[in-house]
Amino acid sequence: MSTSTGAEDLLRQLAPRVLGVLVRRHGQFDACEDAVQEALLAAAVQWPEQGVPDDPWAWLITVASRRLTDYWRSDQSRRRREAAMAALAPADEFVAPAPGDEGLADQDDTLTLLFLCCHPELSPPSQVALTLRAVGGLTTAEIASAFLVPESTMAQRISRAKQRIKATGASFRMPPAPEWSDRLRVVLHVLYLVFNEGYTATSGPDLQRTDLTREAIRLTRAVSRVLPDDGEVTGLLALMLLTDARRATRTTPDGALIPLADQDRDRWDTQAIKEGVELVSHALARSSLGEYQLQAAIAAIHDEAPSADETDWPQILILYKILDRAFPNPMVTLNRAIAVAKVHGPQAGLDLLRTLDTDTRLKDHYRLDAVRAHLLELAGDHAAAITHYKRAARGTSSIPEQRYLLAQAAQLSGDERPPAPAATEE
Amino acid sequence: MKYLLIMHVNPEILDALTEEERNEVTNGHEGFMKAIQESGEMVGTQALADPSNSSVVRTRDGVPVVTDGPYLEAKEYMGGYYMVDCESKERAIELAFQIPDTKVEGLGVEVRPVMFSAGSDM
Repeated sequence: MSTSTGAEDLLRQLAPRVLGVLVRRHGQFDACEDAVQEALLAAAVQWPEQGVPDDPWAWLITVASRRLTDYWRSDQSRRRREAAMAALAPADEFVAPAPGDEGLADQDDTLTLLFLCCHPELSPPSQVALTLRAVGGLTTAEIASAFLVPESTMAQRISRAKQRIKATGASFRMPPAPEWSDRLRVVLHVLYLVFNEGYTATSGPDLQRTDLTREAIRLTRAVSRVLPDDGEVTGLLALMLLTDARRATRTTPDGALIPLADQDRDRWDTQAIKEGVELVSHALARSSLGEYQLQAAIAAIHDEAPSADETDWPQILILYKILDRAFPNPMVTLNRAIAVAKVHGPQAGLDLLRTLDTDTRLKDHYRLDAVRAHLLELAGDHAAAITHYKRAARGTSSIPEQRYLLAQAAQLSGDERPPAPAATEE
Repeated sequence: MKYLLIMHVNPEILDALTEEERNEVTNGHEGFMKAIQESGEMVGTQALADPSNSSVVRTRDGVPVVTDGPYLEAKEYMGGYYMVDCESKERAIELAFQIPDTKVEGLGVEVRPVMFSAGSDM
């Protein structure tokens, strides 16, 4: 995923379209997915040397179909099936489709593939891996490197996910109406996970892995093109754009975290903010209220504030209240406490935090410590703030976050020495 | 999320096991390795030699010193580990329970989140 050349972008766009056609023709998602992956690899090798074919889509379908046939031929036990398949194969198997025939099929397939890859029987890491490969067109090696695991681990995870899908008997079609909205929610959550993994790497020396955020935005855009009237799809795309707009200013050149209030707003991506604001305004006006739309609306208020001091905190607080009531979640309460503190003073925020002390759902206890430390600092109780900053620093598994939290503690201690790095870096 | 599943070993307890029990532990590891390889959660595993083979390297009064033997004299020591990449801490704990050591009274597996990873193949 290192450099995105034109050919690479093209391959990624074509990947779900090619896979969709193959699965439609032959069924057998697992075998087709392998065949498409091989065709993509062949293209990645051949196209830069021999030039991009006139109809890259048809080229990929032809090569992938050949791989699929090879695979069946080599599988002795499947001879009978091969004969049956050859008889059933449509006459146009190796012929490019008629112009105009492709658009609709393409759009349907991306979403159908996403539903299959984000099957609820799979664990989230498997859903993410399979989505990135089958829909995103990334190679196993690229996905493995993005998640910092060996390629064999990722290969096995993908292979197991495909077996699992086969075992569930899931077919290549849209989920039935009663399941539709739940299944779409899983798809959106998987895209959100990909974005988040890229934006706030869960562990490691780097805070962000932009390749994953870019891929998440690209895939969410694809879903948004198919479902332009779904408020939550639009909301999620807006949330990603509005969050990613601040990417360049989130860290110092040496990787240290810069909090929102201290970021250089002149360097925020105004184009992304404009698009995000338009999307979320559109969704809020026309669709029923949803979690992603509300989160995006909050992000939009931050993004539109000319300076941290001019942030419309009362408006943010209203949105957090709605969010917390409609979609209760301790992480939302945690963020609401910050908004409460900004509007009604730090003590009011601290009072709200106390309601979370017994919440067993709050797995990231270090975040509770970090927010409490911040509010204690605002309240002027520096000794207690230092204690909680240090506890939060011990609790996080992100090195940039740890550096930031230790720096806050050190600053309050009047200790001018920079905090010792937690691990070898740079 | 990556977790290190650290196997803490007490040789006295291992020595007290019957051959059958010891085989059960050994075979259990094979089954566990196969299971997490197939699920795509295995990042790596190592079993360590007895700490009597260890050397400890450090600096004392500005002079590099090498001493033989373990870093800490203790009844229990780190016998090996599995590195897994899984969905959550709950899942890591579930995996730890599948390691046969956790079924032996007096042994235990520590589940610890990983903060930084690097490797030639990552």
